[in-house]
Amino acid sequence: MAETTIPIPSGAVTSERGTYLETIHSWIVTVDHKKLGIMYIVYALLFLVVAGVEALLMRIQLSAPNLHFLSPQTFNRMFTMHGTTMVFLVGMMILFGFGNYLIPLMIGARDMAFPRLNAFSFWLSAFAGLLLYFSFIGGSGLPGTGTAPDVGWFAYAPLTERAFSPGHTIDYWTVAILANGIGSIGTSINIIATVFCMRCKGMTLMRLPLLAWIYATMSFLTLLAISPLTAAQAMLMMDRYLGAHFFDTQAGGSAILWAHFFWIFGHPEVYVLVLPAFGFANEIIPVFSRKAIFGYPAMVSASVGIAFISLSVWAHHMFTIGMTSYGNAFFTLSTMLVSVPTGIKIFNWLATLWGGRIRFQTPMLFAIGFLFQFLIAGLTGIMLSVSAWDWQLHNTYFVVAHFHYVLVGAIIFMIFSALYYWYPKMTGRMLDERMGKWHFWLMVIGFHMTFDLMHIPGLLGMPRWIYTYGADRGWGTLNMLVSIGGFVQGIAILIFVFNMVWSYFKGPHAGPDPWDAWTLEWSTASPPPSYNFSAEPVVASRRPLWDLKHPEDPDSAFD
Amino acid sequence: MGSAAIQHGQATQEWQPSKGTIGMTCLILAESAIFTIFVVAYLFYIGRDTSGPTPKQVLEIPWFYSVCLLSSSLFIVLAEHAIEHGKMVAFRIWWLVTMTLGAIFLYGTAAEWRKLIVEDHLTISTNLFGTTYYALVGLHASHVIAGLLMMTVTAVFSLTGALKPAHARRVKTLALYWHFVDAVWIVVFTVVYWIGR
Repeated sequence: MAETTIPIPSGAVTSERGTYLETIHSWIVTVDHKKLGIMYIVYALLFLVVAGVEALLMRIQLSAPNLHFLSPQTFNRMFTMHGTTMVFLVGMMILFGFGNYLIPLMIGARDMAFPRLNAFSFWLSAFAGLLLYFSFIGGSGLPGTGTAPDVGWFAYAPLTERAFSPGHTIDYWTVAILANGIGSIGTSINIIATVFCMRCKGMTLMRLPLLAWIYATMSFLTLLAISPLTAAQAMLMMDRYLGAHFFDTQAGGSAILWAHFFWIFGHPEVYVLVLPAFGFANEIIPVFSRKAIFGYPAMVSASVGIAFISLSVWAHHMFTIGMTSYGNAFFTLSTMLVSVPTGIKIFNWLATLWGGRIRFQTPMLFAIGFLFQFLIAGLTGIMLSVSAWDWQLHNTYFVVAHFHYVLVGAIIFMIFSALYYWYPKMTGRMLDERMGKWHFWLMVIGFHMTFDLMHIPGLLGMPRWIYTYGADRGWGTLNMLVSIGGFVQGIAILIFVFNMVWSYFKGPHAGPDPWDAWTLEWSTASPPPSYNFSAEPVVASRRPLWDLKHPEDPDSAFD
Repeated sequence: MGSAAIQHGQATQEWQPSKGTIGMTCLILAESAIFTIFVVAYLFYIGRDTSGPTPKQVLEIPWFYSVCLLSSSLFIVLAEHAIEHGKMVAFRIWWLVTMTLGAIFLYGTAAEWRKLIVEDHLTISTNLFGTTYYALVGLHASHVIAGLLMMTVTAVFSLTGALKPAHARRVKTLALYWHFVDAVWIVVFTVVYWIGR
């Protein structure tokens, strides 16, 4: 695909393939950022399927009024585990996986700053996920409520206190997520140290790939966001086991305190999830428009600005909890403020596309879907930021539709885009384009069927977390269509899983630079050798490979 | 591709900060956020108890132990200075002084807790003051313990001769953590023994 006469070594490093046991052992003890990155990604994709099944089970239950496919208690467990799994075991893991894999390659480094911390963080987070799911077997709640946690992914107090949730379901949730959070903090420390301390020669901060900037920002935000959750969970465990009264309303404790602490985590957390999606877009959209990103400095400032502002908006999740009108007004305004830097980014992406020679391969298809869908998601978010409007729609399916529009329509779409874009680098094989297009179009149809329509029951008053509804509500048809859309998305994802497995063995060989891209990871073999670069790269601009391939018109002349 | 063709200028290595300092700073940032949440909970619950001991009734200001802990920051600076200049004997002395002062502080906390539990009948489950006090002071004390454990490991390496002046940067990273622990104590002291009383 890339026409270049410059000899880029395709890593003809022969290695003896050890026994199966030796191979497995090498993966378990590895500190190589590439192997850890791949393990993060595979782990997350497995849990994507698991949490997707949980979602489909819920959609079956809700597809018509008064169904008894799932009991109410099981339904509660489903929405709790679906949310918890998707945020922590899919979202955080896959995004840290990409960060781990790409950052050292993009900055010309040999590995992350702290390879052993890297391995520790992965295994801790992975174990934590297994601990959460062990609750299905090992947890014990009130008789009849079953085993896994059933209190919603936000686990509001005092429902989570010992008095109202005896047994161990909550403990599995709390300890598993606490451990997962510590792993996230470890990886965030690693990313920041790597980006600021291990860049190759010539790579000033203003020549850093935007993905690296975004990951540094996202890691900084993670440090500040996960920690309040860790603190709140420690307080919850003290309440449950040491007789403390942090959230114990029967002894003067405050339920609202938990809500504040959780959302001080919860809101920045969703920006932690979306910032890497922006990072992927920053890399993929320019390459497939054949134009450098428009407004690099503004993109950096906007991303950092989004991170800072997102720390000040948390109580827009709490408009109905009874804050003063001054509180509501403040959080309305701060939430609206975050749309300014976000809008800057969207305009810059559009400006990158404008005048470019766009190539509509699968990564770009998903990126364009992202642009369109993220815009709409942002608009419904601004609607919800108005506290008076939110009073009507809080805890309805309108909110569910909004945040799934961001999580699926923006984040998952960009994750798919990133997987199609970097799969060749990671495995040395191209993913099949035809299956990719089937995947894309089925996702678009299914996604819009589900999440466009889902806004309407929300506007009609359908609350969240109900396991069924009456036939006289008028929500039945819409819910049926929403559920069907869910299954269409499921089929799309199955095609994608098949594509990934099939292409690993049968896909065409990729070579080092199949997309004719410009950042350093495309200068190594596919997959890269364990040491990444045989000699430390030296860069003179933001697009070192452009300079290499176009010595008559290098970026460095303008840097 | 090893060296990409340089078009313009010398590509000298940018100055980049040390990994250890950045890593420890990030950890301190995260830990500060955790402590902030516990401090917020403490401040939120001041004066909201309807029963049980109040801070004014049972808390005595721990001047001596606070001076011990805060002065240990000074001594650790002397230890850092010593190892940077290759004076390993001086390093060992200042390091052990720092550890001793930290240990004295912990003893002070333990003695205070013993008094509160046995004489004043204040436990974590007594009332909101008990809950937030033991959580906040306990969280700080656990960080002191973690710091002392790391310092013990360093002391062992130093006494066996494995610690060399070349390791000064690593020692400085640990010292940064210790300074953080002391800074947190200033905040905890202010909130618990001054504002809260």
